[in-house]
Amino acid sequence: MSRTVRLCVRLGLLCTAAVATAVLFGETGFDRAQYAAAFGDPSSGPWDVLWQVRAPRAVCALVVGAALGLAGAVMQGLLRNPLADPGVLGVSATAALGAALAIVLGGAGVGGLVEMSALAGAAVAGGVLVAAAGLMRAPEALILFGVALSSFAGAATALIFNLSPSPIAQAEVMAWLLGSVQNRSWVDVAWVAPALAIAAVFAALSARGLRMLTLGDETAATSGLSMGRLRGFALIAAALATGAAVAVAGVIGFVGLAAPHLVRAAVRGDAGRILAPSALAGGLILVVADLAARLTPTDQELKLGVFTALIGAPLFALIAWRAAREWRL
Amino acid sequence: MIAPLTMWDAEATLGGRKVLDGADVQVERGRLVALVGPNGAGKSSLIKAFVGLLALDGGVARLNGDDVTTLSPRERARRVAYLPQERRIAWNLPAVEVAALGAPFLAGPEALARAKRALAEVGGAHLVDRGVAEMSGGERARVLLARALTTDAPMLLADEPIAGLDPDAQRLVLERLRGRADGGAAVLVSLHDLALAAAFADQVVVMHQGQVAAAAPPMEALEPGVLRSVFGLDGRWVETPDGPLLAARRAQ
Repeated sequence: MSRTVRLCVRLGLLCTAAVATAVLFGETGFDRAQYAAAFGDPSSGPWDVLWQVRAPRAVCALVVGAALGLAGAVMQGLLRNPLADPGVLGVSATAALGAALAIVLGGAGVGGLVEMSALAGAAVAGGVLVAAAGLMRAPEALILFGVALSSFAGAATALIFNLSPSPIAQAEVMAWLLGSVQNRSWVDVAWVAPALAIAAVFAALSARGLRMLTLGDETAATSGLSMGRLRGFALIAAALATGAAVAVAGVIGFVGLAAPHLVRAAVRGDAGRILAPSALAGGLILVVADLAARLTPTDQELKLGVFTALIGAPLFALIAWRAAREWRL
Repeated sequence: MIAPLTMWDAEATLGGRKVLDGADVQVERGRLVALVGPNGAGKSSLIKAFVGLLALDGGVARLNGDDVTTLSPRERARRVAYLPQERRIAWNLPAVEVAALGAPFLAGPEALARAKRALAEVGGAHLVDRGVAEMSGGERARVLLARALTTDAPMLLADEPIAGLDPDAQRLVLERLRGRADGGAAVLVSLHDLALAAAFADQVVVMHQGQVAAAAPPMEALEPGVLRSVFGLDGRWVETPDGPLLAARRAQ
C-alpha cells in the first residue's frame, strides 16, 4: 500500500470517527433510553435529532470541508504558493455575491435559488479565470487578477447590503456571509456532494500538471504535458468545489488554506498526491470545528466561519513563519 | 544531413524590444555549442524560441527539420530537453521525485529508476531521498540537471546552467553536458564565462543585439576583434596545458 493510500485510510477513519462523534453528541444530552429510541424508533424525537438534525449537519460539514480542502490544495499547486486558498482568486467572493443577490431579491424562500445563484457566481468566476489563465501564464499575474475579481465582488456584495431596503434581507445576507452548516438538511448534502465528486474528477485529471508546476512555468510548458488544458481542469475543479461549498455553507475561511499544510509533509510535498488527503483533512477540520462551535457554551451559537477564522488567522501566521524558515527566506 | 537544431533568420520582440534580429544558428548531433554574449544580447530568447516558449515574428526554429510551432507539446518534449535559468522549486520534494519529473509519461517505477541513474550521473546519488529545500544551490542545480537528463531527449538546451555555482559545480555541470554531446546529443548552452565556453564547446555562437556576431570554433569566434566590439574587452587567449585562458581587461 502506498504512503498516500495509507494516509487516506487513516484520515478516512478519523473522519468517520469525527462524524460519529458529531452525530452522537450535542448540546442536548441523551440518556440510554433516548439513544435506544434514536437507533430503533424512526417515529421518536431522538431519532429525528440524530438523523434529521445532527447527521445531515455533520455530513454537510464533512463534504463542505472536503470541497474547501480540495480547492485549497488545487489552488496552492496551481499558483505554487503555500499561502493560496480557495478565496484567493475571487471564486468565494463571486459565489457570495451571487447568493447575496438572490437573498436580497427575495429568493431565500424559493428552494435552491440561493444555492443556484451562488453556484452561478462561482461558474462566472471560474469561466473568467480559465479565460484569464489562457492569456497569463505567470501565477503572479493570475493572483493579481483574482485579487481584482475578489475586490470587485466584495464591493458589489457590500453595495447590495448597503442598498437593500429590507433589514430582514440584510440580516439574512450577513448570517449567510458568516458561514455556517447550522440547520442544514440532507437536501443541502445532495447539493454539494455531486459537485464535489465532479470537482474531484477534474482535480485528479489536473494532478500531473500540478506536480509539474512545482518546477515553474517554463519547465511545465516544455515538459510535454498540455499545460493549458491541465490548468483549465485545475481551475474548474477549484471553482466548482469552492462554489458548491459557498452555495451550501456560506463563506468559511482558512479550511482551504490549512488542510493542505496538515498533510503536505506526509506526501513529501507532492502537489498531485496531496489532493485526496487535503480533501479528507478539510472534511475532518470542519466536522471537528463545527462540533466545537456547537459545544462552546455561548448564548448564541458561534458561526462556523467566525470560529474557523479565529483559529485560522494565527495558523496563517504560523504557516508563513514555517515556510520562511524552510526556504530560508 | 539536417542539423537537429536549426534556426534561420529568427526575429522576435519582447515588451516592444527586438530581442532576435535575424539570428541563424545550427547545432549538429554530437556537438556542444556555447551561446555567449552580453546581458540582453538575445541568448535566452533564442533558446526559448527553440522550445516554443517565445513566438517568432519572422524566420523559423526547427527541431529535426520540423518547425517547432507545428509539433505537439509531447513530441516537442520527446525531441528536446530544456533546463531553464529558474531554479526555484515550489515544494520540498525529494531529489529523486524532482528528477523523475523529466519523464512524466513513464510509469512511476520506470521514471524513478531513470531519475536515479541521472542523479548518479551528476554525482548526486547521495541526494536521492533528500528534500530540495534542505539543499545548497549547487546541489539543487545538480538535481535540476538530472531532471533534464532524465528526459533522455536527443537535443538539450540549457539557459545559463552554471550561473551562481562554485567552480567545481560549474565544471561538473559542463562535463555532464559535454558527456551528453559526446554520446550523440545536440547540446546548446548559454554561458557568460568565455573561458569555460572555450574549454567545453565545439563551437561558440556570439550573440550581440539579437544577431549572431560570430559562429565558429571557440578561438576563432572569440578573437580579439569580437571581444572588443561585443564585450568591450581588450583580450587575448593564452594557451596553457590545461586549456586556453582569457587574459582581458575592459577596453579603454
